[in-house]
Amino acid sequence: MTHAIEPPSDAPLPEMPGCPPPTSPARRKILGWLGGLSGAMAAACAGVPIIGYLFSPLTHRPGSTWIPLGKLETFAIGATQLVTFDHPDAKRVSWTGQVGNTAAYVRRLSDTEFQVFAVNCTHLGCPVSWFPQSGLFMCPCHGGVYYENGDHASGPPPRPLYQYSYRISNGQLEAYVGHMPTLNDLPDLPPTEQTPQVNG
Amino acid sequence: MKRIVKNIADWIDSRLGVRDVVLPMLLHPTPSGSRWWYVFGSSALTMLLLQIVTGICLALVYVPSAGEAWNSLDYLTYEQPLGWLIRAIHNNAATAMIVLMVAHMIQVFLMGSFKFPREMTWLIGVALFVLTLGMAFTGQVLRWDQDAYWGLGVGAAMLGRVPYIGPSLVRMMLGGPIIGADTLSRFFALHVFVIPGLLLVSLGIHLWLVLRHGVSEPPVAGRLVSPVTYGATYKEILKRGEGFFPAAVMRDLIFSSLAVIVVVTISAILGPKGPSLEPDPAIVAAEPRPDWYFLSAFALLALSPPSMETAIILILPVVLLAILVLVPFVAGKGERSPRRRPVAVLAVLIALATYGVLTWLGHTAPWSPDMQAWSGTPVRPHMVQRLSPLEMQGAVVFQNKTCRNCHALDGEGGQRGPDLTYVATTLNRDELIRQVIQGGGNMPAFAQHLTPAEVAALVAFLERLKPDDAVPLRKQSGS
Repeated sequence: MTHAIEPPSDAPLPEMPGCPPPTSPARRKILGWLGGLSGAMAAACAGVPIIGYLFSPLTHRPGSTWIPLGKLETFAIGATQLVTFDHPDAKRVSWTGQVGNTAAYVRRLSDTEFQVFAVNCTHLGCPVSWFPQSGLFMCPCHGGVYYENGDHASGPPPRPLYQYSYRISNGQLEAYVGHMPTLNDLPDLPPTEQTPQVNG
Repeated sequence: MKRIVKNIADWIDSRLGVRDVVLPMLLHPTPSGSRWWYVFGSSALTMLLLQIVTGICLALVYVPSAGEAWNSLDYLTYEQPLGWLIRAIHNNAATAMIVLMVAHMIQVFLMGSFKFPREMTWLIGVALFVLTLGMAFTGQVLRWDQDAYWGLGVGAAMLGRVPYIGPSLVRMMLGGPIIGADTLSRFFALHVFVIPGLLLVSLGIHLWLVLRHGVSEPPVAGRLVSPVTYGATYKEILKRGEGFFPAAVMRDLIFSSLAVIVVVTISAILGPKGPSLEPDPAIVAAEPRPDWYFLSAFALLALSPPSMETAIILILPVVLLAILVLVPFVAGKGERSPRRRPVAVLAVLIALATYGVLTWLGHTAPWSPDMQAWSGTPVRPHMVQRLSPLEMQGAVVFQNKTCRNCHALDGEGGQRGPDLTYVATTLNRDELIRQVIQGGGNMPAFAQHLTPAEVAALVAFLERLKPDDAVPLRKQSGS
């Protein structure tokens, strides 16, 4: 047996014990307001912290920091080499694993002049490989190619390789690293310190 | 004894209402003649059930932690009893689910089943399709290998192109400034809680709508759908139909069983996919490729003109989705039979052909340099026989300067640029020298990295490869 879901009839019925008269229209209206209000308050109570939690990657943005890439003498003048470092953000928690092991290309132009490139192709972020024989960075995904100074050589990349700012401190080369660079989110510039290199 | 059992069954049924609710669903009248065309939807549903069961099995062992996920997959594949098979089934059932779902969509589209009064059923179906693609993308991230890592990088680079809010979207997607610990955890939450929840709710509505509007009748050419008359016509059709059980149910069961058997057999033969190398961003010698469902997008992004690229990334998906959403509103009435709807048939053929060709191109990826060719693909011996010392030196330059990564000789090597075996039949000496030094036509300039002597040797080698009986070039160089 199933019960049809339909509103009770308006016709007057004989009284029955345990069945008091239905809620009056005025009370229904008040109940409606109270229901809506309490629901909205409850939703705000629970919703604000939940939304704050979900959007914390935007509100708590760790800034860039200086990361040592190696002693100056490890970089030969005129050469480009791959360096790896623990990303500052990866150390936040202990379970980041290998993905915190970030890489960058360092090109030494002179005693004090460097270029520090992100490995990400500016087309769609794949890792570019360095070929010293031909002085080219090549991307394995869509065939983007860059010259050794990071300039676009061929293929679909819309701009040169991303460059990190660098400084020389206590005989060490340091790069200003913070987030994965994308087309509208270039590597951060350091606050007004000694900044011989800006983003290309 | 029999009476006691019957009494207990009756008591349970009177409380649960199984006979009242489930029996009418099972026995609801359906049009006759649908036969085997209508089995794709139920088999896609069967694949979803298989995914849920194998997914729960995998979750018993898989560790959704950036530091441990790869190791736990390794354990699942090689040490957990039958873990390899469950992984393989989960991967292949995902493929089968997408294939069957697309087959279902095409069948519904070609037979006009999306027309009045089943427009909403189609729309919920489009939502199911999008959610399933979401499962496919988040699923390949959980494999947490090199492909997963760089796949996320590509996803982030695409999202990053959105004007103004791109960087924020990237941070929301990654859960932080880089692909890190939070990234895997949030894709796990999406793949295991969020998207399956939405999927099951949408599926419930989809099935409810199938019951509410009834299974569509096979189309008859010339019988037009009109909101005014359809209800009465459908009633007449049902009078001549049969119950959903047993014929239709059994057809569904047989086809679904077959699909399960094929998926498990293929999984047992081929084994699981990956994981490939560990997700170490410092291993830059990676050649990331998406799973097959997204190879066509990978190809499209290699072939599109750079000026249109951002538009293709950001607008094309919206346009495709809008087309699917608009289908029942643009063509919600009238003819249903594919015999009288040539545009619909043509649209499906073009869509399938485009998708197939792009997928094939994405698989072969001729635009990608062959990163190992310079050291791994030697020049064939017959090409270096009887070369002069200068030409021999040119062959060495060709190899050492990584020309081979983009240019094939005799069909071997990169396909990014043209095969250079017979390049001297179309370019004369000066043109060859200019091309090498200045580049152009999508080739880098090599002036900085080749000495004049190396260029001379290289061009001498390329000229020597020209067949002896080649027609002389009209414009000869001055030498």
